[in-house]
Amino acid sequence: MAPTISLRNTLWLAAAFTMVAAPHAVRLPWWITLLALMIVLWRVYLGRARLELPRKWLLLIVVMGVTAGVYLNYRTLFGRDAGVALLVVMLALKLLETRSQRDAALVVFLGYFLVITNFLFSQTIPTALYLLACVWVITAAMIDLNYTQPPAGYRNQWRTAGGLLVHSVPLMLALFLFFPRVPGPLWGLPHDAYTGVTGLSDTMSPGSLIDLTLSDAVAFRVEFKSTIPEPGQLYWRGPVMWNFDGYTWTAARRNYYREPQFQARSAPIEYAVTIEPHNQRWLFAIDLPGRVPPRAAASSDFQLRSFAPVTSRQRYEMSSYLDARYGLDEGEAGLRRALALPPGTNPRTAEFARGLRGRFADDKALIAEVLSMFRNESFFYTLSPPQLGNDPVDDFLFSTRRGFCEHYASAFAVLMRAAGIPARIVTGYLGGEVNPVGNYMIVRQADAHAWTEVWIRGEGWVRVDPTAAVSPQRVQTGIAAAVPRTDPLPFMVRGDYALLRQLRLAWDSVANGWNQRVLGYNQDRQRRLLAQVGIDDATWRTLAIVLAGASGLIVLSLAPFMLRRLRTRIDDPVKRAYLAFCAKLRRKGLPRDPAEGPSDYAMRLARGRPDLVPAVTAITRLYVALRYGAETNPALVRDLQRRVREFAA
Amino acid sequence: MYAALKNQLYNWIFRPRGLESGSIVLVQRRVFILPTRQGIVFGAVLVLMLIGAINYGLSLGFVLTFLLVAMGFNAMIYTFRNLANLRIYPGRTRPVFAGEHAQFAVCLANPGAADRYSIGLTSNKRDSAFVDVPGQGEAIAAIGIRAVRRGILRPGRLTLYTRYPLGLYYAWAYLELDLRCIVYPRLAPAGLPLPPAESSAGQGAQHGQGQEDFSGLRQYHLGDSPRHIAWKAAARDRGLLTKQFSGRADSELWLDWRRLPPGMNVEEKLSCLTRWVVDAHALGMAFGLRIPGKTIALGAGDLQRDRCLEALALHGIDENRDNGSDHQSA
Repeated sequence: MAPTISLRNTLWLAAAFTMVAAPHAVRLPWWITLLALMIVLWRVYLGRARLELPRKWLLLIVVMGVTAGVYLNYRTLFGRDAGVALLVVMLALKLLETRSQRDAALVVFLGYFLVITNFLFSQTIPTALYLLACVWVITAAMIDLNYTQPPAGYRNQWRTAGGLLVHSVPLMLALFLFFPRVPGPLWGLPHDAYTGVTGLSDTMSPGSLIDLTLSDAVAFRVEFKSTIPEPGQLYWRGPVMWNFDGYTWTAARRNYYREPQFQARSAPIEYAVTIEPHNQRWLFAIDLPGRVPPRAAASSDFQLRSFAPVTSRQRYEMSSYLDARYGLDEGEAGLRRALALPPGTNPRTAEFARGLRGRFADDKALIAEVLSMFRNESFFYTLSPPQLGNDPVDDFLFSTRRGFCEHYASAFAVLMRAAGIPARIVTGYLGGEVNPVGNYMIVRQADAHAWTEVWIRGEGWVRVDPTAAVSPQRVQTGIAAAVPRTDPLPFMVRGDYALLRQLRLAWDSVANGWNQRVLGYNQDRQRRLLAQVGIDDATWRTLAIVLAGASGLIVLSLAPFMLRRLRTRIDDPVKRAYLAFCAKLRRKGLPRDPAEGPSDYAMRLARGRPDLVPAVTAITRLYVALRYGAETNPALVRDLQRRVREFAA
Repeated sequence: MYAALKNQLYNWIFRPRGLESGSIVLVQRRVFILPTRQGIVFGAVLVLMLIGAINYGLSLGFVLTFLLVAMGFNAMIYTFRNLANLRIYPGRTRPVFAGEHAQFAVCLANPGAADRYSIGLTSNKRDSAFVDVPGQGEAIAAIGIRAVRRGILRPGRLTLYTRYPLGLYYAWAYLELDLRCIVYPRLAPAGLPLPPAESSAGQGAQHGQGQEDFSGLRQYHLGDSPRHIAWKAAARDRGLLTKQFSGRADSELWLDWRRLPPGMNVEEKLSCLTRWVVDAHALGMAFGLRIPGKTIALGAGDLQRDRCLEALALHGIDENRDNGSDHQSA
């Protein structure tokens, strides 16, 4: 029978569990949070009142009830969210039935496991710091379990746990840097592993981008190697949409992957993008992307698609051409798709387009006419447009005339198609904010944008941004200047509160470093690091050797720190020198008897080893004079030390 | 064959040293360490966490897992250091009567400034005495072992161990200290009358005790002189008590083996003599002991008592032979 745990043990465990589970509390269904809290409080009450713990059958009933509840809530027992919910409740129940020290150790181990589940939801610096504190508390709780006569208070637990953790950091770093990393999941992940991330979708209907502009979440960050282009040129190309059902634009289900053809007409811009996970495949690049990132492909309409959904932060090097011609040889099938309109929808727009076609034979003249209409008639650019009916383009063009970029892009593309000019929608982001701290660009979800491309014979696909006609400020200076001040916009997008903005930007720079160096550390970076120290083509074997070497070095250099304060410290140099002398003789089989005085010892040595007499006599005489006599001359101390050093028995 | 190999391996690893006199310093090669069951479970949890971190690509998962791996490793050093460099020496052991528990005390001296916690001492892995040893301080751990037979009881090999601080490792050292406890013969039940005293002239005296100095009362036994009955006490309804008087120089109390019935076996005789020694000492009388092969001259006081009891304990026993092998623990 393992020893039973005390009330103090219970309180430590309850505190540790509550701390670790707290970040989950807001994400779990309220009844799970409440139940777990009640169970923990109950356990503490039972411990305080010295009452019997509940019987097994009662716990079994609760377990079955909770399992059923979780199943009803999530429709599954597996996956991230349901798994965490079950783990939290089961751990609380385990705490409730914990009597023995062995059970308590299991609670501690599951507590560590619960820490790691928090990282499925957030890996920011504050999360990391908070969970480090949790690990400290759990470790202190574990130490508390192992006292047989607990010292008063908490200090000892804290200090020992803190010392252990601090001593573990160097070895942790070696393992983090050199433990062989394998990319990607080992098996299929639950479907809900990466939900709750925002980003562009593969459809666009009126209002869908407005939702995004309410978020100041970072979409991606960019480090430029060449000079940063003007904000009005930073069209970050994303999903391209060809299909229109009268209301919603959809990206092509099938993509034609072939090497995209283009003629560059300007120098390339070199930069690196670090994209936040958005659970889709798109990678973003300045229009027009001139390169395909690794583990990704480009479609013929210049969408960059990763082979796997972007479920973790990724960094890729890119180059782009601000001026390029592409799609000159667009095939018949492609052009037909770019002209298709669902029959019977938006009839007034179709009528209007036919009228325009009659007045303008030239495509470019027609386009200019439509843009000047947007510019000169009473069209407004706003984040809160009125609701649109079944023919949204008709409603928008002829009655409401208030809309956001998706309204203008959609209306423009429909007008073009109705007038016989092939057109498609491109979504992505426009602009970005340069962070002077760290000198990189932040592109936020609020920068989401939609524009169009029309196909003109002899020029290929040409970008036309109807929003620019309505609201040039949107393109030149960003969204904050373009929409009315009363429209809701996230704090970071507005230009107010300069000091706060500075702080936020400084913090973003720190977070970016954290993302790049800590969270973004993967197989590639490991290889690069090893290449920097001269190890190319690192195999598992070389990694194992490097890791073993580094760990061995760390352990050897840290062990003396951990083994400090175990011996009697002798501060007196005279005594220390004499003890060193005795140790030398002990190794030769001539140990000093504990009760033997220095002079007696010297006499005994002289009888056994006459050859040592001069050295032993000199050392003993010096020692006796310095230690027992009035002699304090430092030169004599040094002389004693030298003689002991040179003494060879 | 297997057993021999196992034995050899055991000897090679643990290097039994035999009984060691004086103190033992727990230098590095004396302290052994192995993971506990909890330690193995902890390792399994770490493997699970590592797989989780790889599968979900959690960088901080790696950080946490590796931090715990490093901590699990360092815990080994911490557990080792909790025992290392302690100086162990045998404490004083008080004699006991057979059937009682002998308390073996072991002193633990901590030469360093670091406090040591939760150090257990055991002889049988079931019962342990735990102590903390503060920095530059000392602590005494005592374990009780039931003394079954008279003679000399040795606790055998003791184990000093600790699991502090995390319980992931079990560090231990074997101690074969020169600990011994003299076990007096089992004490015969109280109420056995003392043999009569002899006069110094050598004539047999009817009543053994001296009759001059009153020294106490005891239960009345058949054959006590009516002159010595405490009538005053009897009148107060305290039953019949016999007045006792301390011995005089001319009346000598000899606790003699030969006075006991010849039919009694040796151990029973020793038990009766033990009872006599204890009672005579309690009454403050002077007494001598005569057993086959040994005679202890007349004397009084604690020293005399101890000398006699020891003689009884070791009767017929080779002092240097260990009878600790068949001891039974508490």
